Amino acid sequence: MAKSKSAYSVPGKIGKIERHIIVVWVDNEAGVLARIAGLFSGRGYNIESLAVAEVDKKKHISRITIVTEGTPQVIEQINLQLRKLVPVHKVADFKRTDKDILFRELALFKILANSKKQEKIKKICKKFNPVVLDKSQKSFVIQVTALRAEIDKLTLDLRRLGLISTSRTGAVAMTKGAKIFN
Amino acid sequence: MPKLLSGAEIVFKALEDQKVEYIFGYPGGAVLPIYDELKNHKSIKHILARHEQGAGHSAEGYARSSGKPGVLLVTSGPGATNAVTALTDAYMDSIPLVCISGQVPTHLIGTDAFQECDTTGITRPCTKHNWLVKDVNDLSRILHLAFEVATTGRPGPVLVDIPKDIQFKKGKYKFFKNTLKKKLNGKAIHKISNSELDKFINLIKKSSKPIFYTGGGVINSGPEASKYLRELVSLTGFPITSTLQGLGAYPGDDPQFLGMLGMHGTYEANNAMHDCDLMINIGARFDDRITGKVDEFSPGSKKIHVDIDPSSIGKNIKVDLAIVSDVTQLLRSLIKRFKEKNKNFANSNKQKTSKWWEQIEKWREKKSLNYNNSEKIIKPQYAVQRLYELTKNQDTFITTEVGQHQMWAAQHYKFNKPNRWMTSGGLGTMGYGLPAAIGVQIANPGRLVVDIAGEASVLMTMQEMSTAVQYRLPIKIFILNNEYMGMVRQWQELLHEKNYSESYTAALPDFVKLAESYGCVGIRAKTPDELDEKIKEMISIDKPVIFDCVVDKAENCFPMIPSGKPHNQMILGPEEEEEISDEGKVLV
Repeated sequence: MAKSKSAYSVPGKIGKIERHIIVVWVDNEAGVLARIAGLFSGRGYNIESLAVAEVDKKKHISRITIVTEGTPQVIEQINLQLRKLVPVHKVADFKRTDKDILFRELALFKILANSKKQEKIKKICKKFNPVVLDKSQKSFVIQVTALRAEIDKLTLDLRRLGLISTSRTGAVAMTKGAKIFN
Repeated sequence: MPKLLSGAEIVFKALEDQKVEYIFGYPGGAVLPIYDELKNHKSIKHILARHEQGAGHSAEGYARSSGKPGVLLVTSGPGATNAVTALTDAYMDSIPLVCISGQVPTHLIGTDAFQECDTTGITRPCTKHNWLVKDVNDLSRILHLAFEVATTGRPGPVLVDIPKDIQFKKGKYKFFKNTLKKKLNGKAIHKISNSELDKFINLIKKSSKPIFYTGGGVINSGPEASKYLRELVSLTGFPITSTLQGLGAYPGDDPQFLGMLGMHGTYEANNAMHDCDLMINIGARFDDRITGKVDEFSPGSKKIHVDIDPSSIGKNIKVDLAIVSDVTQLLRSLIKRFKEKNKNFANSNKQKTSKWWEQIEKWREKKSLNYNNSEKIIKPQYAVQRLYELTKNQDTFITTEVGQHQMWAAQHYKFNKPNRWMTSGGLGTMGYGLPAAIGVQIANPGRLVVDIAGEASVLMTMQEMSTAVQYRLPIKIFILNNEYMGMVRQWQELLHEKNYSESYTAALPDFVKLAESYGCVGIRAKTPDELDEKIKEMISIDKPVIFDCVVDKAENCFPMIPSGKPHNQMILGPEEEEEISDEGKVLV
């Protein structure tokens, strides 16, 4: 007899895991985010980050950007399952490595630092469009926009320099050139 | 200025415009305004269940046997949570249900009010879509949209949650039709291209070891789909097997039919699936009970998959040709195109597939559905076979519970028409069959409706007998009583060293007396010689009947693919565990 004690089939081979960015246009109605997030958790898909806001005030359309990881089969399922949801208008999907897509994340850092140290920090952040949003004698709040990995690294660097609070958005994405997602 | 209607009136107006004749439900505080309105709408009959789960399964049975959506009306809180099993069941088996639930008044939502629960939150993963109505002026649009979502594309359940104050409020009513502009589940009249059809036909022509593998999608597509399927199978001369949900789409007694496939499917069907060079999946979804071990599933075949739901394609098994389409539509165009160029295909192709058919006949000779019959004790398979023989001459509808009896019914009852077989396949809900039979009987008055049941399952929703008696629905509950949760016992015997942990019911009711207490008729059969007479008696009674068929307690359901095994490694029967002489086997 079979050694398996389960009534279910044994797991098959697992394919190569890819990171994808999925953009979903939805009706901005009550519960829509729960539908999307619930679909991911219910089917065991992974959400690395999620960014959402209304982009069309008149039609009440929100644009959700989800970073996820999975095998090609799982990514395909995510796309197809999303498209089945009633409030979903369209879904765009691309690989994180796609050269034609721009990604940005925004981060706010609060750092305890005197003005001398503040200058040093601004230099470290120079490549990432730093904007000082608030400044006091002991502390300041700086905003940067960059890629996820860059912000990860920056966080590590700043921790040594008095970082006391970090707030980050999920990634948002847009195509290069004149064409748009469809 | 159109006349303003109350929310409750709008509900009924919408139901009338959707041509709803029956609603299954149970009243409660948060739906009282709707129940109050019921008396003013004579064309809609309410069937009072004894539990919301029962109402839900009845609505499913109604939908599955009639092709129309089932409508369910429940109150807030426990009313809604009790309906969740039925909604999930309908979701898994693609059955169109519209559930209307009451909710506490809008100003109390979120306050943990009496009988409040987050109904839309709870039912979100088990419905195609759900709505909480916050403005009475949205109500008619939402209700019509609900029917549309439930019935289009891959059908399924939806829920509309209506707070009590909205049921009282006055608002405008409008009949919305086809509000859904966007494509739903690929329903969007996907134009099937000739090149797709030609690829399909080409694969058919190249194949020398083909098989049709058909499922519930054929049934859901409507009776025409079954007609076309029969035509295509006859045109090609190919063998065909069916999933549990697809039974009836193709005649069960036809020589081209290999029987059901899957975990408890026939030897010939499973081996043909494993060894074929072309698998034509029409409206089935490569469920784990069908595929067994995915990596070793039908390794040498090209696969065609026709499904209305694009997310069903490529989910479990990669295929070579995927066609997103309604089954009727696809088969109609395929047959037309096929006939244009291949008039006499079945005959000209006979030689090419002759070896394949020879092989299939060899597998068939194993007679994998055989069992060791007895003269002293009723074998459950024998009981189903006798039931079939004694009911096959009339248009009979069969529902089941879940477990061994369900598999024996699927193996030994031969269906010739679609919509005659109602069973909980995806969710596997014990307690489905009795209430489902109620819904089936309502949709098909005057027909014979039999729930082939197990004693453990049927006790889960036994209270619905009271509903059957109230509405004079002469359903027959045919219990294969082995005192065990048979399938659990079987798994424990085969896989858990015969440790029959909690699978024996030590204190069963006397089903004959139970029937009498409900005001219906109880019959008991204990030996094979009295079985036929008792079945005939059951059929002749124009009242609900509980038939207590006392069967062999130790019988196992074979053949069986053990989990984690490919299709060609089946256990055929007890003789593979202990030797039983061929003489001991009785062919029935």
